[in-house]
Amino acid sequence: MADTVKTLQDRPRSLGSGGGTLSTRAAGGLLSPAAVLIVVFLVFPAAWTLYLGLTNYRLTGAAAANPQFVGIANYTRALSDSDFWNSLWVTLVFVFGSAIVGQAVLGFSLAWLFRDWKSRWRQMVELLVILAWIIPGSVVAFLWVAFLDGDSGTLNSLLGIDTEWLLRRPLLSIVVFNTWRGTAFSMLLFGAALASLPPSHLQTARLAGATGWQQLRDIVLPSIKGYILTNLLLISLWTFNDFTPFLITGGGPAGRTELLPIYIYKEALTFFELGYGSAISALMLIINLVIALGYLRSMRVRT
Amino acid sequence: MTAATSQAQHRRAIGESRRFALRVGFYGMVALVALFFALPMAWLILAPFDQVPTLAAEVPEFTLSNFERVLNNRLALRSMVNSLLLVVGVVGLVIVTGAPTAYVLSRIRFRGREIFLYVLLLFSSVVTGTAAMVPLFLLVFNLGMIDTFTGVVLVLAGGTLPASIFILKDFTDNTPPSYEESARVFGASPIQILRDIVLPVIRPGLAVVSVWVGVNVWGNFLLPFILLRSPSRSPAAVLMYSFYTEGGQADLRLISAFSLLYTVPVLLMYLYVNRRYGFRFFGGLKG
Repeated sequence: MADTVKTLQDRPRSLGSGGGTLSTRAAGGLLSPAAVLIVVFLVFPAAWTLYLGLTNYRLTGAAAANPQFVGIANYTRALSDSDFWNSLWVTLVFVFGSAIVGQAVLGFSLAWLFRDWKSRWRQMVELLVILAWIIPGSVVAFLWVAFLDGDSGTLNSLLGIDTEWLLRRPLLSIVVFNTWRGTAFSMLLFGAALASLPPSHLQTARLAGATGWQQLRDIVLPSIKGYILTNLLLISLWTFNDFTPFLITGGGPAGRTELLPIYIYKEALTFFELGYGSAISALMLIINLVIALGYLRSMRVRT
Repeated sequence: MTAATSQAQHRRAIGESRRFALRVGFYGMVALVALFFALPMAWLILAPFDQVPTLAAEVPEFTLSNFERVLNNRLALRSMVNSLLLVVGVVGLVIVTGAPTAYVLSRIRFRGREIFLYVLLLFSSVVTGTAAMVPLFLLVFNLGMIDTFTGVVLVLAGGTLPASIFILKDFTDNTPPSYEESARVFGASPIQILRDIVLPVIRPGLAVVSVWVGVNVWGNFLLPFILLRSPSRSPAAVLMYSFYTEGGQADLRLISAFSLLYTVPVLLMYLYVNRRYGFRFFGGLKG
């Protein structure tokens, strides 16, 4: 039985008879299809991005047949490209405005407002918030194009004005859009967090004469710190990687909503500057990694 | 003395009016929030039934003819079928390859197994379709799979597998190995054990993963957008986008009815999950 792998002998219900339930070969056979898919379509692309970012790879022309190693030239080019800095700035505003301020604050406020509210209306409002989150991306994108339309959009019909929101206030528009789109997650997560607080904590505070704001600041927020951190990291990661604003503004007008994913898409897949696009992708991967590691840390702190 | 009672009354009156003001403030706030979320969605409910839909949400002059327009549009119908094919392909591939993997990972112990699983999960959240669109495009291009469903299905399966394995492993961990051992005593092969004993036991897990992967694939725009070319292969997410961006006057009768038809399956999934597992659970899954 040399080729058997140690099974979970310490399981109470395991019979532990003769070596285990699976031979190494069977285990390998069962694992390998998924392993191949993950390695080829997840691990390899990440490694390849890092490599491509150091070349002048293009899909057409001389550099297509014979890509040259160019070192960090793509990165220095990015640093001197005002479009790149613009894109980075737009992305920061978008993530900070729509995820951290918009979704997290609105989501928490809703969870806090609704915490003791037992009514059908609560379910209705929560359902609306959740619907905004589950409708397919290209449908919500059009809903917002229609909603914000200058001539005949619902918003302007109600306000009786004709502001072209997507042209005059494009970044604000996608920040509000993404707040609308993603608040449900924060609301649900903070709702669960608040429900997990022992009610005696708040009662004691109330008897001691604490106002709602004092209860919130001194008792509630410190005891759900882990949830807050987890939530902020997850929604930042998702917002940072969101491509839906492209469906609303296409990155325009004049690059004013050109988030990093849109910038990469344009450079790499419409101008076919694949080396340069890969370098920016590599930067994105690194930022993702930092956020995800922060997330894992916050999980460990909480448990 | 009279001064004292009137003061107490006064204080009580202040307390009551304060509570009343708080109530009004609370409902005012709730109404604002409800409006903020409902207004952009109103169009999706109203316009599909309007004889002459505009971009504004209005009370419709009722008709069902817009849906007829979708049924008469070959690309529109085709795109729904394409979306369904992608969903079936990815869900099938994820289940067929992910369930055995989850099973093996919960039956075999090796050093660093937990860390291995976490690294996998970390990888899938870091290497997203957006951050890796360049190498994914090149990979599929070099495999000669641009404009094929196979390419899209493989990429989407690779991206959703780690989280799916993670979820499935929770379920396989909780099935007793004693069933499998007695089957093995009677000479069943690992594949037979998996198919006849493990899979039926972890069926709820398979349902969870199918819904999660299915909803994600149904709504995914970016990957089919960059990996497919022919309009006849566009899934609904991509066709929807071309409906309102590609030249000429947007056909609002078509777009409105199409949007609603494309959204309904997601709503049904949501209702199903909500009824079976409660909606908090759906919250844990999305993303």
